Amino acid sequence: MVIESHLPILQIVVPLAAAPLCVLLRQKTVVWVFALIVSWTTLAIAITILMRVLDQGTLSYALGSWPAPWGIEIRIDAVNAYILLLVSIIGAVVLLYAPSSVTEEIPADSHHLFYSAYLLCLTGLLGITATGDAFNLFVFLEISSLSSYALISLGKDRRALTAAYQYLVLGTIGATFILIGIGFMYMMTGTLNMADLAVQLESVKNTRTVITAFAFFSVGVSLKLALFPLHLWLPNAYAFAPSVVTAFLAATATKVSIYVLLRFIFTVFGTDFAFETMMLDAVLLPLALIGILVGSTVAVFQNNIKRMLAYSSVAQIGYMILGISFFSLTGLTGGIVHLFNHALMKGALFLVMGGVAMRIGSVNLNDMRGLGKRMPVTMAAFVIGGLSLIGVPLTVGFISKWYLVLAAIEQGMWPVAVLILLGSLIAVIYIWRVIEVAYFQEVQPGDEREIKELPLTMQIAIWLLIGGTIIFGIFTPLTLGVAKKAAALLLGVLP
Amino acid sequence: MNPSYTTLAAVLIPLMGSPFIILLNKRPNYREAATLVTGVILFLVVLSLVPIVLDGGRPGIELIKIMPGLSLAFEVEPLGMIFALIASGLWIVTSVYAIGYMRGHHEENQTRFYFFFAVAITAAIGVAFSANLLTLFIFYEVLTLSTFPLVTHHGTEAAMRGGRVYLGTLISTSIVFLLLAIVWTWNLTGTLDFTPGGILTGHASNGVILTLLVLYAFGTGKAALMPFHRWLPAAMVAPTPVSALLHGVAVVKAGVFTIMKVVVYIFGIDLLADTDLSVWLIYVAAATILIASLVALTKDNLKARLAYSTISQLSYIVLGAALANSWGVIGGSMHMVTHAFGKITLFFCAGAILVASHKTEISDMKGIGRQMPFTMFAFLIGSLSIIGLPPFAGTWSKWYLVLGTLEGGHYVVVVVLILSSLLNIAYLLPIVVNAFFIPEENGEPSVGFKEAPLSCIIPLLFTAAGCVILFIYSEPLLELTLKIGGY
Repeated sequence: MVIESHLPILQIVVPLAAAPLCVLLRQKTVVWVFALIVSWTTLAIAITILMRVLDQGTLSYALGSWPAPWGIEIRIDAVNAYILLLVSIIGAVVLLYAPSSVTEEIPADSHHLFYSAYLLCLTGLLGITATGDAFNLFVFLEISSLSSYALISLGKDRRALTAAYQYLVLGTIGATFILIGIGFMYMMTGTLNMADLAVQLESVKNTRTVITAFAFFSVGVSLKLALFPLHLWLPNAYAFAPSVVTAFLAATATKVSIYVLLRFIFTVFGTDFAFETMMLDAVLLPLALIGILVGSTVAVFQNNIKRMLAYSSVAQIGYMILGISFFSLTGLTGGIVHLFNHALMKGALFLVMGGVAMRIGSVNLNDMRGLGKRMPVTMAAFVIGGLSLIGVPLTVGFISKWYLVLAAIEQGMWPVAVLILLGSLIAVIYIWRVIEVAYFQEVQPGDEREIKELPLTMQIAIWLLIGGTIIFGIFTPLTLGVAKKAAALLLGVLP
Repeated sequence: MNPSYTTLAAVLIPLMGSPFIILLNKRPNYREAATLVTGVILFLVVLSLVPIVLDGGRPGIELIKIMPGLSLAFEVEPLGMIFALIASGLWIVTSVYAIGYMRGHHEENQTRFYFFFAVAITAAIGVAFSANLLTLFIFYEVLTLSTFPLVTHHGTEAAMRGGRVYLGTLISTSIVFLLLAIVWTWNLTGTLDFTPGGILTGHASNGVILTLLVLYAFGTGKAALMPFHRWLPAAMVAPTPVSALLHGVAVVKAGVFTIMKVVVYIFGIDLLADTDLSVWLIYVAAATILIASLVALTKDNLKARLAYSTISQLSYIVLGAALANSWGVIGGSMHMVTHAFGKITLFFCAGAILVASHKTEISDMKGIGRQMPFTMFAFLIGSLSIIGLPPFAGTWSKWYLVLGTLEGGHYVVVVVLILSSLLNIAYLLPIVVNAFFIPEENGEPSVGFKEAPLSCIIPLLFTAAGCVILFIYSEPLLELTLKIGGY
């Protein structure tokens, strides 16, 4: 079929074309329904693409029929098909959740702008993931970044503006570094196609320019993916952005950046260069570990639960980077599967906090007393998501932790294995604080508000993700199977 | 019914009973009936598996395969059978007791109490019947989490503090040590199944085996091996039925059961006996036995004294496992049962005293035997069984443990065992003596009986009788223990 052969580009073009239409539609329910249809279509495309990739191997699509390496190529293999699926799942589920929360937090006259920016951000993230062209990647990076700055600044709290500004400054530095890196590579090779770059770079690898390009590129990406200590933009951005935006960005934006890192380390620069010449693992491993411990510890002391979850994200990103830094099949599988798993659980947890903010008007721990009785269904979702974050068996968190600990043991890195588990232990503490307040403390005397449960669409969205954390924690062939395939592909140990 | 499904049913029955407890929230009599009916069904189902296991059958079922070589599965073998029998059997007794205690003591949130109790029993049966380390680990953690609301039942600041120590110690040891050991074992052998003779032989160097044993022993925080024992006294803030069944039997026995199971089915006692790698654990256990008994002497609060006594007695079972010979395994497994009956009796008595006379400190209990003769008589029997005097059940387990220790040639430990029995006498018998022979201080001479409600007294007399019956009629128990690990 004709349409089928164009799926790779449709993945990006559908939300891109829909974004400006949102501005034209204006009426808020209509805009939402339209955006919802678009996002679920995107999800359907992503699923189809993943199935085709698993079935037939790498898909290559020449944009405007200009063949690579001259034209822009969209190149999808098991790695980015997996990320595309992740991004579009979250994009679709969060939109399902959106209307009530958006009505609550964003002024009525800018709803259409919100949905438009949301779809643009989705476009950017999908574009980064799908493209096989380095400069095109930068363009999509800017689309997603600019729209996310706008989305964050929509937050109700005025501090959202400073948070967005802070992210704007740091994000721009990151993007610029990435551009410098890409520029240097282009200077040495005359090509921007990633597959071609990989071939061409081979002969000029040890030049100072390429080494500099690598340095700029990896620092730039590390900023975007919030690797400790370049995570400073993240806590405020997540804490003060509208709930819907936080859930969407936390589950997707950093994950896509990690994908970019993976793609350039393993496909473009090659593992020999990245890990042997540049000793990237020696840089990533300690930073990841410090990130895990510091991020988790700081999370324990947060009163604002959205902020707490944000610091927890810094720690969880540490786990993913740790998996990469092991530079082994098991480690990489653990890192990649944690990308997916963490997106599910953190997305769900932020959605729960969005609901809490909507009902009790606050996400501060002190205001959550007795919430377990007032919003039993919603808080049950929090408990399951929290258990997964800790890594309790039968949740997805356990699968990731299992692989990461196993990878550490395989390499004989005992202290690292213990530190991973210590990280889980600190997660127990910060999750438990919430559970203790919500379930084992009584509602503040004098507070006699009638608190209703969340509307059905919000519950469905939350429980879709929570259901995922349990189902994929028990039946692993999909998430773990694809992650294994992706890891094998990146390491070049599979045909 | 197919025995595989019976196995699964045993794990699920208490869980299926729990919604009824919630639904019958407003009608306490029906609610307690739901607990009792569930308990009786569970016990009968567990009992129906006994002949199969004695015949050498190992009924089991694999529920979910998470990854290749990693699954959620159940299998019944003699050691798990013993644990399941005491947990399910004593649950019925405790439930009867709890009805009298909770009402007599006017406790709040009783529905929540019975609900989490049922969940905890599911977890205990899950631990008992797990076919591999992963399943055991899952139910081990469920047991920790489901007992937390029971420990913090009163909701006071002291209860929350106790709860934090409880949860903190158990969760951190299990995640940092136990889980690490499990992943490591899987990395070495590619399996986590409990296999007669162990799975580690030939897969690891002595150094690795030693490290693994350290991780397993201390990772199983529920075994309360020193220095990870503080959670047990902290858990005593719970209502007494909880302390009795969970912190005298189910939770703590889940801990020592784990150690015993790992020693027999993961390491294999031949491996440990040949390499002498578990000798250090014998001495850690011996030290815990002695120190905990000494601490128990200093405690004036009855439940705290019983808690330290439990810590000490648990290490007998760890000792039995660490001896790595068949006498040790038999003695240790029997001690799981005999100590369960003895200690639950003592806890029941402590609760009965609290309900009837609101006394918690031993120094206030002088002369109490005249008001509560049945309770204090049961206390005497429980004490004598714990001490290990005939004709009470504790005699047998201590007997086999001493045999095992002698066979291993650890004469110092034999001395420790004798000393410990003397210490048991010193911290348990004065309570009884004071209760019966010393008149109440500056109180009016007591008039007549002032016992706890009947539903408290019957269970404690029942378990006290159990201490005697298990001495006379120990054959079936011995038969089960003889089959552990295929010996």
